[in-house]
Amino acid sequence: MANRFLAPMISLVAISIFAPDILCAQDRQPGAVYDRDRRGERPAPAPKHDISGTWEPAKGAGAGVQGKGAQSMVSCEYKVPGDPNSGFAHDPKAPVPDCLKPAQEPPYTALGRQALMSHIPTEGYRMVASALTNDPVPPCNPQGFPRIVLHNFRTSRIIQTPTNMVILYEFNKKWRVVWTDGRELPKNPEEPTWGEPDPPESRWWGYSVGKWADDYTFVAESNGFDDRTWLDNAGLPHSDAMHVEERYRRVDRDHLEMTITIDDPQMYAKPWIALDKFSLRLQSPNFDMREMECAPLETEEYNREFADPAAGRDTAK
Amino acid sequence: MRKTLITTAAVLCTFLIVSVSLLAHHGNAEFNTDKTVTVKGAVTEWVWANPHCFLKFDEKTTDGDVRHWVVETSNPPGMINLGWNKYSFKPGDEITVTMHQVKDVKRPIGRAVRVVLANGKVLDTGRDDVTTGTAGGSESESYTK
Repeated sequence: MANRFLAPMISLVAISIFAPDILCAQDRQPGAVYDRDRRGERPAPAPKHDISGTWEPAKGAGAGVQGKGAQSMVSCEYKVPGDPNSGFAHDPKAPVPDCLKPAQEPPYTALGRQALMSHIPTEGYRMVASALTNDPVPPCNPQGFPRIVLHNFRTSRIIQTPTNMVILYEFNKKWRVVWTDGRELPKNPEEPTWGEPDPPESRWWGYSVGKWADDYTFVAESNGFDDRTWLDNAGLPHSDAMHVEERYRRVDRDHLEMTITIDDPQMYAKPWIALDKFSLRLQSPNFDMREMECAPLETEEYNREFADPAAGRDTAK
Repeated sequence: MRKTLITTAAVLCTFLIVSVSLLAHHGNAEFNTDKTVTVKGAVTEWVWANPHCFLKFDEKTTDGDVRHWVVETSNPPGMINLGWNKYSFKPGDEITVTMHQVKDVKRPIGRAVRVVLANGKVLDTGRDDVTTGTAGGSESESYTK
């Protein structure tokens, strides 16, 4: 009888030690380096005024996916008794719908909650079948900023030039520019700006400017957004008055922390942090980012062959 | 012992990774994630595409009919991370698919948990057998209709 319990116990201890490296290696972009690959390392000091490079979520390829919505990484965190470092899974005692709720709800205004309820998402506690959503992204509309980092942050590359930072995102193969040439964000939507003859138009990706707050911290500010985008896959809304602060702190040579703060008085009663010190790890200079493109041709086939029938719609065959 | 080790390892691993880490496009509203269903069949098509790859295969039912299944996985970058690729399957390959079926069980549609090839090779999707996260509590059943 003792052996019956001894074997699982020994297994548990052994796997507790080795599982993150062996089994969870599947959560790995081939060629990428994660923190678990460099246990006990002493990273070199951070270079000054430099956040360039290819960055990957430090904890693993999937760590940048917030399926339940922004600010929800710790919702229903499971703690293995006696292991203060365990977590990340659903608490088996908690009902699934509760686990899908954010750990802390954003401070919605009445209009914000109304906008939230008008969104029918495929993730989070209000999720529906893929074919029943009104999410603009599945049919390949732009997810825009900051959704590109709040839902599915994958490998990204920052190119630093004398006048701007260009950020290349793997997810849906998108890019944006953060200007560092001293210009200011558009202030009045009715006045021309940035040397253009016409007033600024709302943009899916907004207008972005940035500067160094100190030797190791780069802060970007963005506004001028098109309010048809969502903040995340759970359907959190924003208005065209949203202002986003994007803070990058170079912790050491190999790590960059990213914090995103949403300030949108129309939708939220006060500014709130949507992503808090999310850790990124520097990859090799010759690391090749994959192509991940939203192609209507492929999406139509997917909907016809899978999503529609899965939701009970018989559009196929 | 070996089986226990593997089972325990698999369960613990699900606690150590974010269980939603591979979701890129949508959640699991369509699927019954309380149990898995296992079906044997022959591949008819493997579609390697965004937003999700999907595998089509035919099951020969006990009454002599053929049931046309389609199961989805994550997207190509996510599947590459798991050891899959565009050439993982070819038409005619005999496979055993474990999946979360859609809630309407009359529909032969699901989301793959793992696929086992005839040579014993296991391709995992990184999903829990039971997404409620019940440690060691997966309820698998064979689907033989």
